[in-house]
Amino acid sequence: MLTKRIIACLDVDGGRVVKGIEFQNLRDAGDPAELARAHAEHGADEIVLLDISATAQARATLLDTVRRTASQIFVPFTVGGGIRTLEEASAVFDAGCDKLSINSAAVKNPSLITCIGERFGSQAVVVAIDARKDDARKDDARNEIDGGLSSGYRVFVAGGRIPTERDAVEWAKEAESRGAGEILLTSMDRDGTGIGFECELTAMIASAVSIPVIASGGAGDIQHFVEVFREGKADAALAASIFHFGVHDIRELKKQVSDAGIPMRFPC
Amino acid sequence: MIAIVDYGAGNLRSVKKALDYLGFESEITRDPELVRSARKVILPGVGHFAATARLTTSGLRDAFCDIIRQGTPFLGICVGMQWLYAGSEESPDTPGLGVFPGSCVRFPSGIKVPHVGWNSLQRSGESRLLNGITSSAFVYFTHSYRAPITEGTVAVTEYDSPFASVVERDNVFGVQFHPEKSAEEGLKMLRNFGDLKC
Repeated sequence: MLTKRIIACLDVDGGRVVKGIEFQNLRDAGDPAELARAHAEHGADEIVLLDISATAQARATLLDTVRRTASQIFVPFTVGGGIRTLEEASAVFDAGCDKLSINSAAVKNPSLITCIGERFGSQAVVVAIDARKDDARKDDARNEIDGGLSSGYRVFVAGGRIPTERDAVEWAKEAESRGAGEILLTSMDRDGTGIGFECELTAMIASAVSIPVIASGGAGDIQHFVEVFREGKADAALAASIFHFGVHDIRELKKQVSDAGIPMRFPC
Repeated sequence: MIAIVDYGAGNLRSVKKALDYLGFESEITRDPELVRSARKVILPGVGHFAATARLTTSGLRDAFCDIIRQGTPFLGICVGMQWLYAGSEESPDTPGLGVFPGSCVRFPSGIKVPHVGWNSLQRSGESRLLNGITSSAFVYFTHSYRAPITEGTVAVTEYDSPFASVVERDNVFGVQFHPEKSAEEGLKMLRNFGDLKC
């Protein structure tokens, strides 16, 4: 049976992990390669590395970080953050990632999805969508401009700073039709809150597209994972910091999700 | 030396990386002569079945036929495995090698396609490639077409219905999933392949 995936995410700035799953018994908590390997050993089904570097100098170290990380892990490895062109994409693939996550650049230039897909295969293109529910009352002015959004969820770019005219569900469908292999959906309303994934939006998108949907943002306890797989119809859930869930490692998280009746790669 | 055949379909670095990690010498190549001199050959591939047409035009297909006849171990991964069949619905005009009978077909509508993620193997026959692999081991898949269960199928996987996930006949092996992305169990299979006596 096809299992649901638990994906470990590392936010990296200038070659160091700045936010990510924390471990009790790890000496160097900041080295992406060492952390990625530890996650894989502890049962992570995939590793995502998001480069959040603000400076060009910090970005330059990304390729080296990807290379070092890739040489040590043998589960699918996705890299994202600020990739704008096919050339930049090629360099990151050359450094050893399996999939690329694109966000703002895809919104600005949707043909980039097709372009990377044709060169590296659809399975290698993950379109990341940052979405937030429109507040009907507050957004009256905006709704007058674009007539409101059919799903009620708006796409944001530039790390969630800039709202776009795009509807989250419509954009997911367009990304699929342009050749995206997976959707990485982050709920901006839930991100960092620990109150649970945005199951409503996740289910809407998972039902609207045939490609897998990875849910992100809001996990606070183990039950939230069970919910996002069951009610949210997610194919995978991304965890940035499981230490807060009262478990020591991903294996324990997966065991408990598996015990709740969700198919997991477990034991792993 | 293990030749990793490059025919312009997707990313071959992951396979090379895994072989490096396991300590097997390998080379990414598109040269038929180098393939003929290799101790073992891996045909990876993610992407469209039509890309395999390049194997014929480049002379690689002939090289494969020769080395397979001589007993050189040959491993097809993903589309590389599907190519070992007679063909695929994905590109009906592109013939496969025909080591295994039948054609690959698209997963039916009504389920999520592509089939992406970790799914388990059910062993269904003796296999050198799967030596020491736990029954019901999880491996990582990403594909939209499935191979038929035929003579030579040594493991199947269930997605809607069962399909062939590992095939093996003499020195020819095929895996639908990505052993290079399938953690310990996947590495074990690549080690089994690398350790085969030619």
